[in-house]
Amino acid sequence: MSVLVSGMRPMRIIVCIKQVPKAQELQVDPVTQTLKRVGVPSEINPPDANALEIALTLKDRHAAEVVVLSMGPTSFDESLERAIAMGADRSVLLTDRILGGSDTVPTAYALSETIQKIGGYDLILTGEETTDASTGHVGPGIAGHLALPQITYVSEVQIVDGTVRARRTAEDGTEWWQTKMPSLCTVNFGCNKPRSPTLTGKIRVKRGGVIAHWSCADVGIDPKKVGLFNSPTIVAKVDTIRLPPRAGRMFSGDARESVRALLDALIRDRVIVP
Amino acid sequence: MERFDAIVVGAGPAGSSAALTLARKGFSTLLVERGRSPGVKGMFGGRIYSWALHDLLPDWAKDCPVERFVVRENLAFLTEDASLAISYDSPKLGQGRASSFTALRAKFDAWLAKKAQEAGAMLVTGIRVDDLWREDGRVRGVLVAPKDRVGADLVVIAEGATSILTRAAGLKRDLEPREVSVGVKETIELPVETIQERFGLGEKEGAAFVFAGQASLGLRGGGFLYTNQSSISLGLVVSSEDLSRKKIEIQEVQNRFRLHPAVQRWIRGGKVVEYSAHLVPELGAGMMPRLWGEGVLVAGDAAGFLINNGYTFRGVDLAIASGVAAAEAAEAARAAGGMSAANLAGYEKFLRARNVLTDLERFRRAPLYMKNERLFDVYPRLLMEIAERLYTVDGSGKPRLADIILEEATSADVPKLKMLLDLLQGARSM
Repeated sequence: MSVLVSGMRPMRIIVCIKQVPKAQELQVDPVTQTLKRVGVPSEINPPDANALEIALTLKDRHAAEVVVLSMGPTSFDESLERAIAMGADRSVLLTDRILGGSDTVPTAYALSETIQKIGGYDLILTGEETTDASTGHVGPGIAGHLALPQITYVSEVQIVDGTVRARRTAEDGTEWWQTKMPSLCTVNFGCNKPRSPTLTGKIRVKRGGVIAHWSCADVGIDPKKVGLFNSPTIVAKVDTIRLPPRAGRMFSGDARESVRALLDALIRDRVIVP
Repeated sequence: MERFDAIVVGAGPAGSSAALTLARKGFSTLLVERGRSPGVKGMFGGRIYSWALHDLLPDWAKDCPVERFVVRENLAFLTEDASLAISYDSPKLGQGRASSFTALRAKFDAWLAKKAQEAGAMLVTGIRVDDLWREDGRVRGVLVAPKDRVGADLVVIAEGATSILTRAAGLKRDLEPREVSVGVKETIELPVETIQERFGLGEKEGAAFVFAGQASLGLRGGGFLYTNQSSISLGLVVSSEDLSRKKIEIQEVQNRFRLHPAVQRWIRGGKVVEYSAHLVPELGAGMMPRLWGEGVLVAGDAAGFLINNGYTFRGVDLAIASGVAAAEAAEAARAAGGMSAANLAGYEKFLRARNVLTDLERFRRAPLYMKNERLFDVYPRLLMEIAERLYTVDGSGKPRLADIILEEATSADVPKLKMLLDLLQGARSM
C-alpha cells in the first residue's frame, strides 16, 4: 500500500545526520579543550541513526524516498555510505571550507537552504541532539527557516491520510501530535534499534554514485552567513569534572563469608532487597 | 534486485582465488565476507605451500605478506619429558615453486582479496550469507536475513570448515565427531632477533615443527610450531572424538604441550597475543561433499580439501587451487550454455588437472592411518626408550643397537606382527 502525497509521487523523507566521534572513544584535546575529531573512530550521531531508522521503517510501509543530508568534511562520506547501506536511497553532503567553524545558527541556515535545493520534501527528520555538542538547536532551527510545523522529542512516527502523527516524549508522559506535511520531527535517542547494513545496500555503495557533494555556491548559500565568524556561540571555558573519591570497602577472606558480609551490607544500605 | 554472474561466499584463500579468476574470465563477480575484513575470521596452522599461488599470481612474491620462508623442517616425537627429533635443513626448501612460507591470515587474506578486487571482483565485507536462494531445484543467489537477496547464475561456496551453506544446500551431511578434529593456535610474540638467534635463522628464513606423541597427551593428533617474523604460531590438532571420550579439555592439552621442555625452549619469554580455535575436517577425500550442483560449486575447506598425512598439513594451497578450478569450471559451463550441474561437472576434471583431488585421494588412507592410537602413544614411547638406552653411558655395560631395538619392541604391549603391519600401512598411506 502506498500513500501518495502532493500528487502522484512517492513521499520524500529527508534525514539530517552528523558524523561524530564514537561515544566510547571520546577524547578531549588537553590544549584546545575541544573534542578530538581527527584520527578517532566515528559513527552516525546515535539519535540521527534513530531518526534514519524511523525513515526506513516508513519506507518499508509506504512508497517513500529517503534522502540523507549532512554537512561537513568529505570524511563524512563514511557515515553517508553507511546510511545508504542501511537502506537510504541517496545522500547529499554539503561540504565547503567556508563552512568550517559554523555553530548551530549557520548550520541550521545552511542545511535549510540545502533542503530547499533538494526540494519536494514531505517530512524532515533529525536527531534530538548530537552526542558531541548536545545543543538540540539544529532541528528546530531548520523548521524555523523553512516555516514548517515541528514535533520535537519524537519516538514514533506514523503517516495517516497524508498527515504526520508522532508520539512525543514529554516530561510527565507521552503525547500524540498530528500535523500536516511537510513538517519536521526531532527524534529521541535510543527510541529504536537502527538496522544493520544490508548486502544490497553495501553493493549499491560499491557501485558508487550514491553521494552528491555540493558546495555553498552549488546551493546558493550566502558566505557571509556561515563559518566561524558568523557563529555567535563562544566557548569561554571547559572544565573537566573530577569525580569525588569513592568510599570503597573491600570484603576479603573466605569467599562464602565475604559474600555473605557483602550481601548483608548491601541489604543494610538498601541497595538490594532480599 | 542486484545481480551478478557469480557470487563467491567467503573471502579466504579459496574464495578470493575463485573471485580473482572469475573476474579475469569476465564474470561480474561479488565476493562476500562475513568478517569486518578478509582474514579476521580465518584460522589455519600458519604455513602456506606456494605452488598454487605461483600458478595464480606468478608475481606473488613481490608484495605477498610473507612472514618467513621455511628452510628447516623438524619432526619431533615427545614423551612426558623427553623428545626425539629429525631435522631437515636446506636452502632449497625456501625456493621457487616448491617453497613454503609462514603467514598471518589477517594480512595474507586481505592481500589476496585485494588482488581479486584489482582483477575486477566486488568485495563486500561484514555480511554473513545466511542461506542459498534456491528456486525450482537450482541455486539462484544468496539470502541474507532478514529479507535481503542478491541473484547470480553461479554461487561458489568457500565458507570454510563449518560449511553451513554446503549442508543447507544438501551437498553435505552433518559432521560426525570422528570426522573432525579441533585445532587450537596461540600466536606468541617474540622480538625478531630472538627468533632468529634462537632458531638459528636468517632474516627471511623460517622453521617448521611437527610434534607427535605426547604433544597431544597420547590422544590422536599432533602439534605444530611455525616461526613468523616476530611471533610464533604454536598449536595442536586433536581428535574431537578422543577429547570427548577421555573428557579432556583442549585447553588442558594445549597447556601441557606448551610446558613440554621441547616446546618451552622455543617460546620462552614470549607473550601470547592471540588465541584461536577451529574445526579441522579430518577424513580427507573420504568425507568430501558433492562438489557441484545446479548453479553451485564448493571449494576450499568447505569441500574438505585438507591433507594431513602426519608430516605435512596442507590446506591453503589446495584452497587456492580449488578456487581457480571452480572458476575454470564456470568458464567451461558458460561456454556449454549455462551453470547447470551437468555443465559444472567439469569441476572434477579441473581439480584433477591441478592435483587437488589426486593428492587428496593419494593420502586418503593417511587420515585413517593417523587414527591408529598406537601411533600417538606406544610407538613414540618405544622410540624414546630405544634412544635413551642408545645414548645412556653409565658403565653398566651396553648391548648392541639391534639387540636394544629387539628387546624394547618385544617389551612393548603390541604384538610384533601388528607392529609390522602398522609400519607397512604407514609407508603405503604416506
